[in-house]
Amino acid sequence: MHKLKLEARSQPSQMWSYASPVLALVCTVVIGVILFSLLGKDPMKGLQVFFWEPIKSGYAVGELLVKATPLLIIALGLAVCFRSNVWNIGAEGQYILGAVGASGVALMASPSMGGWIVVPVLLAGVLAGMFWAGLTAFLRDRFNANEILVSLMLVYVAVQVLNFLVFGPWKDPLGYNFPQTKTFEAITRIPRLFAGSRVSIGIFFALIGVGVIWIFFFRTRSGFAQQVGGLAPAASRYAGFSSRRALWTALLISGGLAGLAGALEVAGPIGQLTPYVPAGYGFAAIIVAYVGRLHPVGMVFSAVLMSMFYIGGELAQSRLGLPKSLTGVFQGLLLFSLLACDMLVNYRLRWIALGGPK
Amino acid sequence: MDSYALLIAATLNAGTVLAIASLGLLINEKAGIVNLGAEGMMLCAAIAGFACVVHTGSDTMGFVAGAATGALMAAVFGGLVVWLNTNQYATGLALTLFGTGFSAFAGINYVQAQIPERPDFAIPYLSDIPLVGPALFHQHPLVYLTVVFALGLIWFLYRTRSGLILRSVGESPESAHALGYPVRWIRMGAIMVGGALCGLAGAYLSIIYTPLWVEGMVAGKGWIALALTTFATWRPARVLLGAYLFGGVTMLQFHLQGVGVEVPSQVLSMLPYLATIVVLAFISRNPRWIRINIPAAMGKPFYPGS
Repeated sequence: MHKLKLEARSQPSQMWSYASPVLALVCTVVIGVILFSLLGKDPMKGLQVFFWEPIKSGYAVGELLVKATPLLIIALGLAVCFRSNVWNIGAEGQYILGAVGASGVALMASPSMGGWIVVPVLLAGVLAGMFWAGLTAFLRDRFNANEILVSLMLVYVAVQVLNFLVFGPWKDPLGYNFPQTKTFEAITRIPRLFAGSRVSIGIFFALIGVGVIWIFFFRTRSGFAQQVGGLAPAASRYAGFSSRRALWTALLISGGLAGLAGALEVAGPIGQLTPYVPAGYGFAAIIVAYVGRLHPVGMVFSAVLMSMFYIGGELAQSRLGLPKSLTGVFQGLLLFSLLACDMLVNYRLRWIALGGPK
Repeated sequence: MDSYALLIAATLNAGTVLAIASLGLLINEKAGIVNLGAEGMMLCAAIAGFACVVHTGSDTMGFVAGAATGALMAAVFGGLVVWLNTNQYATGLALTLFGTGFSAFAGINYVQAQIPERPDFAIPYLSDIPLVGPALFHQHPLVYLTVVFALGLIWFLYRTRSGLILRSVGESPESAHALGYPVRWIRMGAIMVGGALCGLAGAYLSIIYTPLWVEGMVAGKGWIALALTTFATWRPARVLLGAYLFGGVTMLQFHLQGVGVEVPSQVLSMLPYLATIVVLAFISRNPRWIRINIPAAMGKPFYPGS
């Protein structure tokens, strides 16, 4: 008789902390292949749609980056939260508010204005996102209300704010009664990098964000304080780091970044405010953050991977006649697999002989 | 006056969905487990139950399918959380993200589907009483069973030995383990019962309450049910009360729309979520209140020998 036992490692395994996301992806792909077979679709076609089509042409890679940009920007902020043990899961709401804030400024712009108008558009998005996350921080700080539930509830409220605006005061009077704003003036649109691709300068924001967050985490005192508070609250208190400050910092940074992502999205690829602005990026970014090990560079890879899932889902719909929601299934599976595989970071598996000689 | 009777009836109906799920989550939390996957389990159970009724025509089968779906998903969550020691919040979140995607995926062919006309669930004689009859006695049997279940749960948790053991696992798993109780199996059991109840709530939503399937139809009710346990400071009777209160808030928006209040419908739709936030802040404001009542080991992993 043998029994599988978990044995705690004396130190977390460095090797497995890198290998676990890869193993998780392998598990997800295996489950995906099984799922495709069960649905009577050719699994090779499925794999091709998810992992080859999104990178096979310059245009496809561009689309991959268009979706990876908001995911990465939001995930960077969430990594700050999760490393500080602040459970902000309402990034979707902060993203929506960012889009609303940016739209508010963009709608006021007139064609005669200069290209500088993009700056206030983005700034409005950042501030709106910060405001929405700030509500969560305030309620946690002042009333001790659970930030998981508050931030999540605020997502539903944000959706209604968006709906109210596009069905009401901001509805395009010439839009055949569709619930959407008028198309923004060309001058407010985020500049694109090249003709023939939708990639905008937003990608630079994401990459600069990677650098800034890296420096914040690993080269600044406040970034250090932030993480100590997350790992060992008692030690952090003893060191005199303020937990309130850490809470506000984490939520304002992540709210601001989610807001920026929303602003880049409405003023970029979408170009108007519609009820379809919320695409679940705020939730997918949670997975991006975890799969990227909450590390700025790791999240670059996981954001591209998650973007592949999005595009793969859309292609699965048009090419294989499968519902687009397949994306969500795979995203959830990936996070599940990752959590299971992460066990190998802290434990090793041992076969223990039962009833043998002692 | 009749509109008020109907409002009360609708409140009970809406509150029942929240009450079933929240009582299930309460059982989890009493054993020290927080399952943020409630929303995902309810969604998957809603489509499983609904699909089952479409194909078999039997509500009972639908409820069974819903509860089984919830229990199965909870078992996956439990396997990870209890046996592999994963973070409860992250794992629950994964369950919700997966459930949201999977239910949309599985339900794509049921969006237009119809199920047989719901019968009138009037109780003979009692339902004929003016005002009280239409308000209280025109409900699905599960509405009354929920109240019975809540009473049973109070008895179980506070009057039986098993209930005491369950609570001890949530207060101090180390002590329970030292006394020889199988802490991990008890937690696993609590997780599965909680999942089954969330599933039942999801099935009730799609089979009786709406009754139809729409993508994302749970619309945050799983999260509100999670907030309700805090709101109730982990007391079953207050969970039930809170559930009806929030059921009332949900119904109030339709009532206000019905009587033609000059407020945009989107603002009314925010009401349940805003109410949750306000109530949560109000209850959590007093840290002592929370600390006395919260199961001490809630959200904390337990691995014997670690």
